[in-house]
Amino acid sequence: MQCQECHKRPATLHFTQVIQGQKMEVHVCNVCAKEKGYMNYSEDGYSLHHLLSGLFNFDTSSLSNPHTESYHQTKDLQCPKCEMTFSQFKQVGKFGCAICYETFNDRLDSIFRRVHAGNVKHNGKIPKRQGGDLHKKKQLEDLKLHLKKLIENEEFEEAAKVRDQIKALNQEDGQAEAGDQS
Amino acid sequence: MTLRQFMNEAISPWMRKDGPDSDIVLSSRIRLARNFANIPYPIAADPKDLEEIRSFFQEKYEGQTYGVYKDLAFVSIRDLSAIEKRVLVEKHLISPLLAKQSEVAAVLISENEQVSLMINEEDHIRLQLYFPGFQITEALQQAFEFDDWLEEKINYAFDEKRGYLTSCPTNVGTGMRASVMMHLPALVLTKQINRMIPAINQLGLVVRGIYGEGSEAQGNIFQISNQITLGKSEEDIVADLQSVVKQLIEQERYARQRIMEQSKDQLEDRIFRSYGVLAYARILESKEAATCLSNVRLGIDVGLLKNVSRNILNELMILTQPGFLQHYAKKTLAASERDQLRASLIRQRLQLEE
Repeated sequence: MQCQECHKRPATLHFTQVIQGQKMEVHVCNVCAKEKGYMNYSEDGYSLHHLLSGLFNFDTSSLSNPHTESYHQTKDLQCPKCEMTFSQFKQVGKFGCAICYETFNDRLDSIFRRVHAGNVKHNGKIPKRQGGDLHKKKQLEDLKLHLKKLIENEEFEEAAKVRDQIKALNQEDGQAEAGDQS
Repeated sequence: MTLRQFMNEAISPWMRKDGPDSDIVLSSRIRLARNFANIPYPIAADPKDLEEIRSFFQEKYEGQTYGVYKDLAFVSIRDLSAIEKRVLVEKHLISPLLAKQSEVAAVLISENEQVSLMINEEDHIRLQLYFPGFQITEALQQAFEFDDWLEEKINYAFDEKRGYLTSCPTNVGTGMRASVMMHLPALVLTKQINRMIPAINQLGLVVRGIYGEGSEAQGNIFQISNQITLGKSEEDIVADLQSVVKQLIEQERYARQRIMEQSKDQLEDRIFRSYGVLAYARILESKEAATCLSNVRLGIDVGLLKNVSRNILNELMILTQPGFLQHYAKKTLAASERDQLRASLIRQRLQLEE
């Protein structure tokens, strides 16, 4: 098949274009595809982000019933650090900075739930240096969970050990606090 | 430049080692997305801030060594030609997006090319760590250690509830994408793959072609990676991926065995036809080359083709990409010229085997 633009080279790209509801088959060669701008977004790939921003839009319109209110709300929410607004965020599908997460916090759960199979809370690595007390907190949480499972499985001997571990960790905490006060 | 020298440049040192299950799994990769706490992300940041990040990495990490990841080379994307950028993309050392962010983007690459640290991509930091074969847990462990090493000097954007804060909501939490590159010719041949991909998707994993998002599976090479980054620990995500990959390996082995039992002659014919094309063709499009290379590699793996090294698929898949061909020719080439050079390189490469 010949390229429909230059009518010289063989067409190597075949796709269907939909412009304002009009379907059109396009058959072009590499060279013409680049020149005529058919390949504009090909390098990023038509990626997840395009799909996602659609998802966000759908999300908020279904959440807020009164038209005018939702309009004002989206207009008002703006990140103080990077100045990204919530509607911009929905459009590009990306946060502008770490503070955006605080700014848009109330609206994020529903988005994260969709993207991450119902999850809204981190359950993985904690930075080694920055993490500080979080490491202990996480360790305690994990131990408590483990304990619960052991008790459910009636493995009491093992459970007692874990209980002592939890106690020891908690005591460390208490001592540290007492030390601070003195 | 001789072909051998050129090949040495094209194949990353870590790729030369054989990993476990390397008859099916070509490589394992962990990618971690990280950001500075106090600087807006690349899409919203002042170019001055990004420039500062760039020079921070140059000052603190250029020439540094962490463990086996020696002598980090610092490369500013703006200093590269279009072809050089493309070569780095084809080697998977940088992403297409990084190549586009020319002005402020940079990459740190370890001597063995096992680690690459992209700077000012979608996030400030994208750490990538590769292992040959099926070694995803090893890759995770090493990536964590490298990450800790970086964190000694960097305050990450991290939140107790949301985890590592990234620019895209699809990466928040662990910021991790674990992926495994697999060669699955028998599952394609028996059409089993079509019914397996939807099942894999349902487990929260994604199946893609060799060059990531949106690319098709050239040469029967598939990339399997996690979709979800929030709510599960990195170890659990990797364990899930691992169990699926293990099953795919088993299924692929079984399918290969069955084809060998039931239609060995046809398979042998297919393999040697492909070998013939690679050995004698004068014009080779990338898709045809990929298909033939996949068949030849399968022939080696099932023992029908001897005296050809196994690495041939990994090597030639990269070597015959447009960027590399132009790098070899030292000039820009039209598609038809590339097809000729591709054929000629492959012919020469096969002669090296004899």
